Amino acid sequence: MTDLLNLLKENARLSNAQLADMLGLTEAEVARQIADLEKKGVIRGYTAILNDELAGDNEVEALIELRVTPKHDTGFDDVAKTIMLYDEVESVSLMSGKYDLALTVKGRSLKEVAMFVSQRLSAMEGVLATATSFVLKRYKDKNILIEEEEKDERSMWG
Amino acid sequence: MNYEEVLSKRVVALKPSGIRRFFDLAATMDDVISLGVGEPDFSTPWSIRKEAIDVMERRKIVYTANSGMAELRTAISEYLERTVHTKYDPEHEIVVTVGGSEAIDIAIRGVIDPGDEVLVVEPAFVCYAPIVEMACGVPVPIATRPENHFKLRPEELREKITDKTKLLILPYPNNPTGAIMTREDLEAIAEVLRGTNILVLSDEIYCEMTYGRKHCSIAEIDGMQERTILVNGFSKSYAMTGWRLGYVCAPAPITQQLVKIHQYIIMSSPTVSQYAAIVALKECDEDVQHMIREYNLRRRYLVEAFNRIGMTCFDPEGAFYVFPSIQCTGMSSEEFCEKLLEEEKVAVVPGNAFGESGEGFVRVSYAYSLKHLMTAVERITAFLERHRQ
Repeated sequence: MTDLLNLLKENARLSNAQLADMLGLTEAEVARQIADLEKKGVIRGYTAILNDELAGDNEVEALIELRVTPKHDTGFDDVAKTIMLYDEVESVSLMSGKYDLALTVKGRSLKEVAMFVSQRLSAMEGVLATATSFVLKRYKDKNILIEEEEKDERSMWG
Repeated sequence: MNYEEVLSKRVVALKPSGIRRFFDLAATMDDVISLGVGEPDFSTPWSIRKEAIDVMERRKIVYTANSGMAELRTAISEYLERTVHTKYDPEHEIVVTVGGSEAIDIAIRGVIDPGDEVLVVEPAFVCYAPIVEMACGVPVPIATRPENHFKLRPEELREKITDKTKLLILPYPNNPTGAIMTREDLEAIAEVLRGTNILVLSDEIYCEMTYGRKHCSIAEIDGMQERTILVNGFSKSYAMTGWRLGYVCAPAPITQQLVKIHQYIIMSSPTVSQYAAIVALKECDEDVQHMIREYNLRRRYLVEAFNRIGMTCFDPEGAFYVFPSIQCTGMSSEEFCEKLLEEEKVAVVPGNAFGESGEGFVRVSYAYSLKHLMTAVERITAFLERHRQ
């Protein structure tokens, strides 16, 4: 991956001027490269990483493992694409291992998520089994510590 | 008891480190943004740490051979061959030490007799002159100049050579300036040294931290290996400062003497660290490259930022420091650092802590996250707006 993408992944709010300094490019060149990456679909979006509790987000989040019967011609894609359509579903990934699809789902309450799983997901054609685990606490997300700042233990100035 | 009478006059006469003095001042304040440290902010690569854990679980941690584990010395020898294209016999020409610091100490003590003059290229890390003084040698500073990007020039060297000159200390890539010496620069120095009996202590602890071109050692230059004492270590390249492991390489007649000092004062370097260092040399090239890329982003950011606000600095091609000029404020280095600390709570190190030729500059370390550096730059920019003349 390029240095530009690495920098944006770490902090998408760096200004073009700052990026230009770091990369040894001109501001215009950075703007052009980013526009190009967006146009090509390499960069799919920008988002903020929150401490949900401090942000006042009281929603519950669950990880859901799904076992699915693959379709003859389209494999897992059909089911995945159907599941993607629900707003409750934040992410969908095809997995290796004991199950096939991994979902993160958000809802206002445990009950709401449970209802979504039993009424929508389990009932879906091709879905064999589901296993739901609720997220209790997030320590680190996208390489960023959620509750604490990293401490600098260095004290020598050598 | 009257301690003044009992303590070694030579030690009492040593000046305390100028870095230390400033550090103590910063330590009394809260919420200081420091750009002071001289060690990586990265963690030691996981494979190195894992090896140490495994060794502690499975092995007895006993002394190693005085000069270090044979396997480690072989790995060091291979590393030097592939990085600086220089052959060192692992059996007789390499001694594993407690950090680069011990390597510097035994190298100086091993060659200096009372009255010998030691040329110390300045600005430089603070340890050389005091170690020379403890060995009853005479440190002779060679001031390098900003217009030469703090490289050592042959005429500056020639000027300071006397019939008492025993050793030249050549610390590149340089702490604090970030200067490097290219092959051409070193050729010119070698030309002055050829035909003399002057030894070179080449402190290459920052050898992996060069940006844009590979590090060149003076030992690579024709006819120089016979007079070079090469010092290196794991602290900076592999983010292993606390592991305390370095090494010194030199022709056998020299290391034969150095290993005697090492054996009496240290016995052998930390065993767990030695096992881990083998993994560092053999498996961690990619981890090192990752760190260098990261340093380079920060380096470019700071150089641009300082030049923009009038603290001009040349392009420092090595180590992890930039060394901007503070001339535009009309302040002395110490005054600048004290005011910056007081007013903006940003800590940098006054350039004169590294020798008089560092006056008018400050050392800024970029062994910090970009986020940290950006906050610091904001504050320094505000400071400059008030104090630029």
